[in-house]
Amino acid sequence: MNDRYRTPLKIAIGLGSAQHGVHHFIMQRVTAVALMLLALWFLWIALSLLHTDYTGAHALVGQPFNAVLMLAFVVAVFWHAQLGLQVVIEDYVHTRWLEVALQLAVEFLCVLGALASVLAVVRIALG
Amino acid sequence: MAEFTLPKNSKIKPGKHFQAKAGANNVRTFRVYRWSPDDTENPRVDSYDVDMASCGPMVLDALIKIKNEIDSTLTFRRSCREGICGSCAMNIDGTNTLACTKAIGDCASGDVKIYPLPHMPVVKDLVSDLTNFYAQYASIKPWIRTQTPPPPDRERLQSTADRAKLDGLYECILCACCTTSCPSYWWNSDRYLGPAILLQAYRWIVDSRDEDTGTRLDELEDPFKLYRCHTIMNCTRTCPKGLNPAKAIAETKKLLVERRS
Repeated sequence: MNDRYRTPLKIAIGLGSAQHGVHHFIMQRVTAVALMLLALWFLWIALSLLHTDYTGAHALVGQPFNAVLMLAFVVAVFWHAQLGLQVVIEDYVHTRWLEVALQLAVEFLCVLGALASVLAVVRIALG
Repeated sequence: MAEFTLPKNSKIKPGKHFQAKAGANNVRTFRVYRWSPDDTENPRVDSYDVDMASCGPMVLDALIKIKNEIDSTLTFRRSCREGICGSCAMNIDGTNTLACTKAIGDCASGDVKIYPLPHMPVVKDLVSDLTNFYAQYASIKPWIRTQTPPPPDRERLQSTADRAKLDGLYECILCACCTTSCPSYWWNSDRYLGPAILLQAYRWIVDSRDEDTGTRLDELEDPFKLYRCHTIMNCTRTCPKGLNPAKAIAETKKLLVERRS
């Protein structure tokens, strides 16, 4: 084994502290608080959209107040999802290449999902 | 990847049954995990019928009785038999605890199941290898670190309020019950420090006499060393000394946020 001549302390120390992680911790909570508030509003608009036709829905989402909150909601959702999935992958996937591939896939999909949602809302709001 | 099944040579087989002597009428059966490095056998679970009329009240009393009177090959650690050395930490009745302070009467009815601490390499029977655990403890440099020399005529003083901050922390005996109950530690013990070591780290962070607080926080700020704690709370639930490692970890996270703003 590779570790045969290394002391247990050498192995425990590993590469040392990354001296980062607080930012991730803070953003996880900031996006969670934002989502708690935005989810209430989202629930309201989702229920109002249920019984609305296309033009009515278009007008409702297009109102500046609703459009801004919708943008905030989709950004917070994808941001929070990326932060959470990153932790899940770090926890369970220990095959390096697979871990890197999954982290990249999650990051790309979340960014693409957020950009597509933003574009959709902007088109409704401006179009 | 995290492993959810045991490797082939770790699968547990049924073991031997040791019956109580004739005439015993208050019998309790103990099912004990057995594995020896000296042969190539898989681990097994042996069951021992113990006459409770001639046995002390604690699980450790039963283990000592088994070793003395029934099967001298049974191997386990023990020393103080009063919950202060932490040697006899093991998994009893599904919970990590100290065999010396766990009453047999408090175990669920039926057989008493005894296994080594979960997800650690086994040295033999109920003895698990805590090398990495102790090395992780050494890695946080668990001693007072100061620049100011001590006063020439007395020890370093501390207010009553500051001393009170160490209550609930200094009592930790490093038995590893909490750390080995933590799923995050099971999956990432090579990098995550685990609840016991993080509680010990916090014990020095809140010590008013220590002058290396910033460095201690720097050393903990790491996605794996500290932030693998997802507040699962197994540590606090299992601690045989009634301590709260999860709170110590949460306080450490709060300090890390506090110094940023």
